Amino acid sequence: MEVYLDNSATTRCYPEVGELVYKVMCRDYGNPSSMHRKGVEAEHYVKESKETLARLLKVNAKEIFFTSGGTESDNLALIGTARAARRSGNHLITSAIEHPAILNTMRHLEEEEGFRVTYLPVDANGQIKLEALREALCKETILVSVMYVNNEVGAVQPVEQAARIVKSYNPAILFHTDAVQGFGKYRIYPKRLGVDLLSASGHKIHGPKGIGFLYINERVKIIPIVYGGEQQKNIRSGTENVPGIAGIGLASKMIYRDLDMKVALMRELKEHFLGGVTKIPNTTIHGLTDENSAPHIISVGFAGVRSEVLLHALEEKGIYVSSGSACASNHPAVSGVLKGIGAAREYLDATLRFSMSEFTTKEEIDYTLETLYNCVPVLRKFTRR
Amino acid sequence: MKFHSFLIKYGEIGIKGKNRYMFEDALVRQIRYALKDVDGTFAVRKTHGRVYVDCEGEYDQEDAADALSRVFGIVGICPVVRLANAGFDQLKEDIIAYVAERYPEKNQTFKVESRRSNKHYPLNSMEINCALGEAILEAFPQMRVDVHTPDILLNVEIREEVYVYSEIIPGPGGMPVGTNGSAMLLLSGGIDSPVAGYMIAKRGVALEATYFHAPPYTSERAKEKVVDLAKLVARYAGPIRLHVVNFTDIQLYIYEKCPHEELTIIMRRYMMKIAEHFARKDGCLGLITGESIGQVASQTMQSLAATNAVCSLPVYRPLIGFDKREIVEISQKIDTYETSIQPFEDCCTIFVAKHPVTRPDLERIEKSERNLEEQIEELVKTAVETTEVIEIR
Repeated sequence: MEVYLDNSATTRCYPEVGELVYKVMCRDYGNPSSMHRKGVEAEHYVKESKETLARLLKVNAKEIFFTSGGTESDNLALIGTARAARRSGNHLITSAIEHPAILNTMRHLEEEEGFRVTYLPVDANGQIKLEALREALCKETILVSVMYVNNEVGAVQPVEQAARIVKSYNPAILFHTDAVQGFGKYRIYPKRLGVDLLSASGHKIHGPKGIGFLYINERVKIIPIVYGGEQQKNIRSGTENVPGIAGIGLASKMIYRDLDMKVALMRELKEHFLGGVTKIPNTTIHGLTDENSAPHIISVGFAGVRSEVLLHALEEKGIYVSSGSACASNHPAVSGVLKGIGAAREYLDATLRFSMSEFTTKEEIDYTLETLYNCVPVLRKFTRR
Repeated sequence: MKFHSFLIKYGEIGIKGKNRYMFEDALVRQIRYALKDVDGTFAVRKTHGRVYVDCEGEYDQEDAADALSRVFGIVGICPVVRLANAGFDQLKEDIIAYVAERYPEKNQTFKVESRRSNKHYPLNSMEINCALGEAILEAFPQMRVDVHTPDILLNVEIREEVYVYSEIIPGPGGMPVGTNGSAMLLLSGGIDSPVAGYMIAKRGVALEATYFHAPPYTSERAKEKVVDLAKLVARYAGPIRLHVVNFTDIQLYIYEKCPHEELTIIMRRYMMKIAEHFARKDGCLGLITGESIGQVASQTMQSLAATNAVCSLPVYRPLIGFDKREIVEISQKIDTYETSIQPFEDCCTIFVAKHPVTRPDLERIEKSERNLEEQIEELVKTAVETTEVIEIR
């Protein structure tokens, strides 16, 4: 049995999306900038995708910009707005548990471009401390970036409250949210939340890799970070990735179809999994398990088992999961998020992330629990003495 | 400049008496293998006690020279321009054109060295040297003759065709792989073992390899890394048969039954035994390891003796007297370093004791191993039977 529980790393593409991407690549392959019919045809795909995304976010289609993925969206949002607002101030705020696409971009702005960055701490649930945000805001602040859903423990951030705090302090301060893990699981309406910029990615929502988008409120001043043929209103040059754009549009449409039902199902499975996994002695669930946690992410610590070993043991049984977060697990450094939420030491190197999708079934969860019941005690028997 | 052939200069194999043909044939075979993935069509031929690689049509000159510089047995590679033999006046013109194109600065010293196989040629070698030298001086007055240490040694060989060359790209030396039997390399993911394999292959020995992995303690990526290393070594050593042994159960059994500080040494003894099994099966004449005295606990003189005691085939340890720094240098030269330092855990480190024995006593080790009697034979048998064989070509 193959059980894919690493949907926060990437997801299986919807077959319909795969077919559409193929069609656009091989049949409707025009360049949207071309003057002829072939180009117009391609432009239609871009337009349609923008409109789909705009409808889902309740924003204007001209506020959607396509990028190569979540990382580029985050880079454009932070670097593009920070540089544009440089004369108004040099202070940026983010949280300590952001994805590396945010943290390392902030670090760059700090080290190379002279900005000052405040990293907000999180509580034991993995949510940012709003009090700390209030204290951090100052005259120099130009941009605040807080993720929608944390990718490692699934904590949903109080984005709306945070944005309200920021905007009531000074409405000119921009608010960005990295919604890579939240888009497709929540109905997110940036204009109602007070969010000026929002990043999302195609391959986390059963769409293609190499495509993402950034919502940019039309009032936001932003300067490009890549230069070229001035496509997409010169905010993001480069021939549009039309197959990817068509793909992310269709995938978004599909993932939001019957969303409530899908999310309810994931919650049910999550409950079921949590009930089962906590039967194993000396395990802990990181972060929250209620409505304030993402329906699809479960972070479990197994004391006395190295996460990498358990990961490979599950792999042998056809179960695919992550240790910590897939993006950060290339380097052996212990997860900053787990430390941030104050997880006990024995769990830092012993935590797995199980992340579901709408395709996850109860049989798969049962099989995973069964496998854990067998593997964990065996692996605990053979640990480093 | 477009070259038509490479003249291959070989060292030690030239002096091997009656075995010479065997060595040359092996060299030709290895050259063909090295060139198989280079763009172009190549014909390798032996004539007049020499090996030539003729390049037909368009080909990637740089890649071809690069591939040849990894063939053991070659000491030098000379890119050759082949000219039609159309009389001496034409030759003079061609030589001037060669110099004009090859050495645009024209401020070097030179010497012409010619040979002729056709003894009826109107001029003898000495006369050819003089006449060609004169022609060059006349065409390029800035150039000077230096017969002792010329910047450019211009070789002109007159046969059915005329061969002109003036550059030697150094080869790796050694002897052609396949002229000295084969040996089994214990390949880990580290820096040392690929270098050890390279060094033994350099002496003409074909390689096989054995890798021990321990899922789920080691990952699929660690295995991928070893396959990548084997491919890099194969660029020098030719095809390698890689045995991937699942060592987990043996390792856990030892961990359970033997003193923890002896784990590594006992593990290594079983690794040697299993590697030797495959070596004998495939007719290898020895084992190769990357060990170097004192590098880690399992490589002290006592530990080496203890691991050595389990096998009867000779164990070759080409790095035995090398410092880590020296090994790293070679690994960088042969391009395995970057791959070796990727951080994946290998099976030797997972259960390693804080203070492993550094001076194991063979009798004590053997006594500890008696704790394994009940199941070990079965486990080894299973490990051997479930070994995956990957042919690296």
